[in-house]
Parts: sequence; C-alpha cells; structure tokens
Amino acid sequence: MATLIDLGERPVRELNQALHCTAATSWRVLNPRGAHAVACGVREAHAIDVEGHVGYYCAGMNQHATVTVHGNAGTGVAENMMSGTVRVRGNASQSAGATAHGGLLVIDGDASARCGISMKGADIIVGGSVGHMSAFMGQAGRLVVCGDAGDALGDSLYEARIYVRGTVKSLGADCVEKEMRNEHLTELAELLKAAERDEDPADFRRYGSARQLYHFKVDNATSY
Amino acid sequence: MEPASQGLRESATFDRATIHAIQRAAETGIYDIRGWGAKRKLPHFDDLLLLGASMSRYPLEGYRERCDTDVVLGTRHAKQPLRLDTPVTIAGMSFGALSAQAKEALGRGASEAGTSTTTGDGGMTPEERGHSKHLVYQYLPSRYGMNPDDLRAADAIEVVLGQGAKPGGGGMLLGQKITERVAGMRTLPVGIDQRSACRHPDWTGPDDLAIKILELREITDWEKPVYVKVGATRTYYDVKLAVHAGADVVVVDGMQGGTAATQDVFIEHVGIPTLAALPQAVRALQELGVHREVQLIVSGGIRGGADMAKALALGADAVALGTAALIALGDNHPKHDAGYRELGSAAGYFDDYQDGRDPAGISTQDAELSARLDPVEGGRRLANFLRVMTMEAQTLARACGKAHLHHLEPEDLVALTIESAAMARVPLAGTDWIPGAGL
Repeated sequence: MATLIDLGERPVRELNQALHCTAATSWRVLNPRGAHAVACGVREAHAIDVEGHVGYYCAGMNQHATVTVHGNAGTGVAENMMSGTVRVRGNASQSAGATAHGGLLVIDGDASARCGISMKGADIIVGGSVGHMSAFMGQAGRLVVCGDAGDALGDSLYEARIYVRGTVKSLGADCVEKEMRNEHLTELAELLKAAERDEDPADFRRYGSARQLYHFKVDNATSY
Repeated sequence: MEPASQGLRESATFDRATIHAIQRAAETGIYDIRGWGAKRKLPHFDDLLLLGASMSRYPLEGYRERCDTDVVLGTRHAKQPLRLDTPVTIAGMSFGALSAQAKEALGRGASEAGTSTTTGDGGMTPEERGHSKHLVYQYLPSRYGMNPDDLRAADAIEVVLGQGAKPGGGGMLLGQKITERVAGMRTLPVGIDQRSACRHPDWTGPDDLAIKILELREITDWEKPVYVKVGATRTYYDVKLAVHAGADVVVVDGMQGGTAATQDVFIEHVGIPTLAALPQAVRALQELGVHREVQLIVSGGIRGGADMAKALALGADAVALGTAALIALGDNHPKHDAGYRELGSAAGYFDDYQDGRDPAGISTQDAELSARLDPVEGGRRLANFLRVMTMEAQTLARACGKAHLHHLEPEDLVALTIESAAMARVPLAGTDWIPGAGL
C-alpha cells in the first residue's frame, strides 16, 4: 500500500523530507499542480508515482528511486540523476536529464530543447521528438530519440552515443553519423526494451563525436 | 649599455610586453592563454587610506583590548550557517587546475586558521574534504564531478555564475592536466582539452535561478547556506537579482581575481575592479534592506590585512583569497626561479598555470612536480599568512577604535585619487568631496 501525500494540502518540503528520511517504500503524490523540486535528492529505492504535472527539477539528482510522472514535466526533470529510473508519461520541457551521471530517464512524449545536455553517463529514451541542442557536450551515456531531432544535435559531443529513428534537422559541431554495427543494434534493443518500447532498432541511425575538437587548435576556430 | 642611458626611449603605448604579444601572435596564430588575474594597473585598495583615531575618535589599545574577528555566513535561510573565526576565506580553485597536494594544503591552512576553503570545477576530492573543517562546494555550469553525496557532505553550496577573471566566459583545462584521475572525476577522455561551459545547462536567468536554489535547498533539507558568485560587471543589478533569487551569501569577484587558464585579452579587458564593484554590491544590499542579513564576500586582488580591513570598512562581511593563497603556499617563490626560467618566465612573473609544468608543484598534475609541495608545510604557511592578515586587520581596526572588524565603516576611509574616491564613494583625502555623490 503506497503512502499518500497530497500536495494540494501539504508542501513539497514535507514530501521531500519524508522521502529523505524514510526507508524504501511506495508513494503516491497527488495534486502536484506544477510544483518545483518534487521528489528531488532522493537516496532510497522508493517507488514514487506523481499523479499530475510537475514543474522544474522533478527527481533532480535522483539516486536509486523509481519516479513516474503521470503527466508532463517542467525544465530539468531528472537533472544530474545518478541512478534509478525516472519516467515521464507525458512531455518534458527543456534540459531533461541534464548532466545526468547514471540511471534511466524515459520520456514517453516529446522532450524540448537541450535534452541530455552535458549528460555524463545516463541513458535517456524519448518516445517522441527532441528540440534543438540536444546532447550538447554530452560526455557519456546514450540518448535514444524515437521521433525527430531538432537543430544542432550533439553539438560539441564528447563520448555520449545518440540514436535517432526519425529525421535530424541538423548536426552540431563535431557530431557525425556513424555506422550502426551489431553491438549498437544490440545495445539499442536493450535500451528500447528497458523503456518498454517496441520500435525496431534497425530503423535508427547512430550519431557520435568525430573527435576533431578534442584539442584546441587554431585551425578549428571556425568550427566552434 | 642600457638603451635608456643612450637616450633611447621606450613607447608607453607599445611597451615591451605589448611588442612581445604582437610578435607572439604573429608567430603562433593563436591568442595567449594564461593563469593569474589582471596584471594591468587598476584602482585598488592601495588607493584608500584608513583614518586612525586622534582627538575626535577613541582608539583601542593594540595589545590589550579585544578586536573580534568572527563572522557567520548564511544566516538568511540555512539551518546550519558557517561560523568562521576570521573573515577571510579561500576561494574556489579546482582539483585539476591545482594538484591534490595544493588542495590539501589549502584545506589544512584554512582549517588551522578557522576559516573555509572551496572546491572548484571537477568536484570534491577526499583529500580536500578530509582536511577542510569548513568546505564550500561549488555548483558550476559544467557540473563536472557533481555528486549529490558531495553536495550533502559540504558545509555550504556556491552557485557559480562567473568569476572576476572572465565574467561571461567558460573554462578550459588543457590536455596536459587531464590525467587519468582528473578525467575520471570529470567523465572525460584522458588528455583532451576540456571545455567548461559558460552557462548553466538547466536554468537561464534570475527567475530560473530562484527555482534552482530551491531545488538545492530541498536536496540538502535547507541545512546548507547557498552562496551565489558573480564576476564583477553589472554588480549592482547582479547582487539585487541574486538576493531576489534567494541567496544567503553573495560573492563578488573583481577583475583582479585569478584564473587557471583564460585568454589574456579576456583577463585584462572584461569586468570591473574589485574596488568599483564592492560599493555597488553594498548599495544593492542596503536598498533591499538585507545588508548584513545576506552576507557579502569580496574577492579579486586581496593581498593582506589592509585590503581586508578596507573591504570590510566598505561593507563586505568577508574577503576571499585565491592568488594570495597560492603565493603563501610557495607560488612564485624565488627558490623556484631556475625552474621558472626554464619555462621562459621568472619568479614574480610566473602565470602559466594552464601549462601544467609548475615548478612549485601547485598548478600541475605531474606526479613528480606535485610531490615538491608538502601539504603539511604548505598548510602551515597558509595558516601563518591568514593569521598575519587577521592580525594586520585587527591592528588597523583598533587604531580606528573598533572592537570588531565589522565595526569598520566607510567613514573610516579616504581616497588618494579622484578615481578611487568616485568608485569607493569616500572623500578624497583632505577634502569632503566624493565625486559623483548627490548626482
């Protein structure tokens, strides 16, 4: 039986304090009404269902918990997540999964600009499309986009890997399309399965860093 | 024979450093990247003087009467504000830019003197946490090494929007310093030239910053003070916005503030001097009615107790050291002169922190060079310096009749130049004229 917290009646502070101080259990959060910082900084393997839309930084810096947002998420959902799983049933605003070091972020709908910006090891699967500058300076981890990608995908990419099923409006500096080998099809199939999606990995293209901007050279000045 | 003794005249416009810069650019095709802060002559605390007591003011006895120095930072919202013995802190400098030994020495020295030190880009090292009684954790745009466990292990959080050496600029740590350990902490390939972003990835503007600060407070259960650090530019407005965003402490870093690696043109031509920024920050806090409730830390060219006393008199709650702390550890020490000369520099001139070959073992990741710095000895030197600074400031404050460093006030100051009088908003010495006052 999940513990019920109604944010229509109690403040977010009370919710987060309870999540920080309680051993792993199940929670249902009602009436979030766009509140910010819902279920952020959680360290235990709680299962948290948020029934509605959330504001900025829901599940920020998550560790171990499974957070499901039954609605849309504002800016920076699961930012700097370290581990665990965050799932958004609706759409996500900007900077979803920003700088996330680990864990799994699934967005069933679309994600806005800068999805996966500076990602550092997390896996992000977007059922719909992503906005411009997604995976900007992505260092590690995988970004899977089942729809389309906006401008400047993977700009200044480090070692993050990107898979896109639809069209890419444009690639950012130093981001190139790469061959889809068997190991990539295998890892993509695993990611799609983890996100409970049924797309065929063979329909995706892979993008990564050309690694031409890893060293600051004057000849590259016009590439930045 | 010296050229000048032959009647030859050097150009003030094209001095030797300028000529060299043009020649260097022509040869390499790339701008100069270096460490340190602005080297040009700027209006500074040297341009202010303190008015000691005489007939109209009552001094305190130098070796007998108390002059307290403690400061509490983060009283506005944090459950656990920082309580420091002296209002001089160590500014953020990264492991990566500095060796682990240097970071440990900074922690040791600050702790011995009863004050705080600060992490930097790239996260927190165990050496630093272990040897720092009070450790401020920087929250930077790159989020390299950003970890909620470290956030919770810190004593305060500093949201960095910019620094005085390069307001509006990101960072660059050149490949020679990206060792396996540094790369591992930052989740980057070994040996690449690492770029740090100039903007935060998940918020833009002061309204978003308020929500970001809320998140940081929620994650740390409202225990930690949250600082906001800005490079000095539009300081009056930036400080007001930082207060509105919920900062407990505002850190203003003037253009003399140091850097580990920035374009020379950026260091010398962007930002405003610490002396110009400080009164703007104080005015902003006063107008909002939060001066002393939101504490103000000022950095950028702070070199000793006189600078500290003058900054406090102008309304700062504390000052922070970067370059001076490194010098205390042994940076630019004459004993390393031969090593500096091998790199084309000399003791007193060395600023190639970006290069990673620092003979003093401070701004390097080279194991052999790093081993030259004994963290225990370095910590002792820094603690000595911090104690001397504090005693110097007490000496000056007692002479002005103050029983606490924070009792120093603008009325205790006069300016030596019209420029410094206008910036500091204190009268030109021997007059009651404050240029611009009342306009």
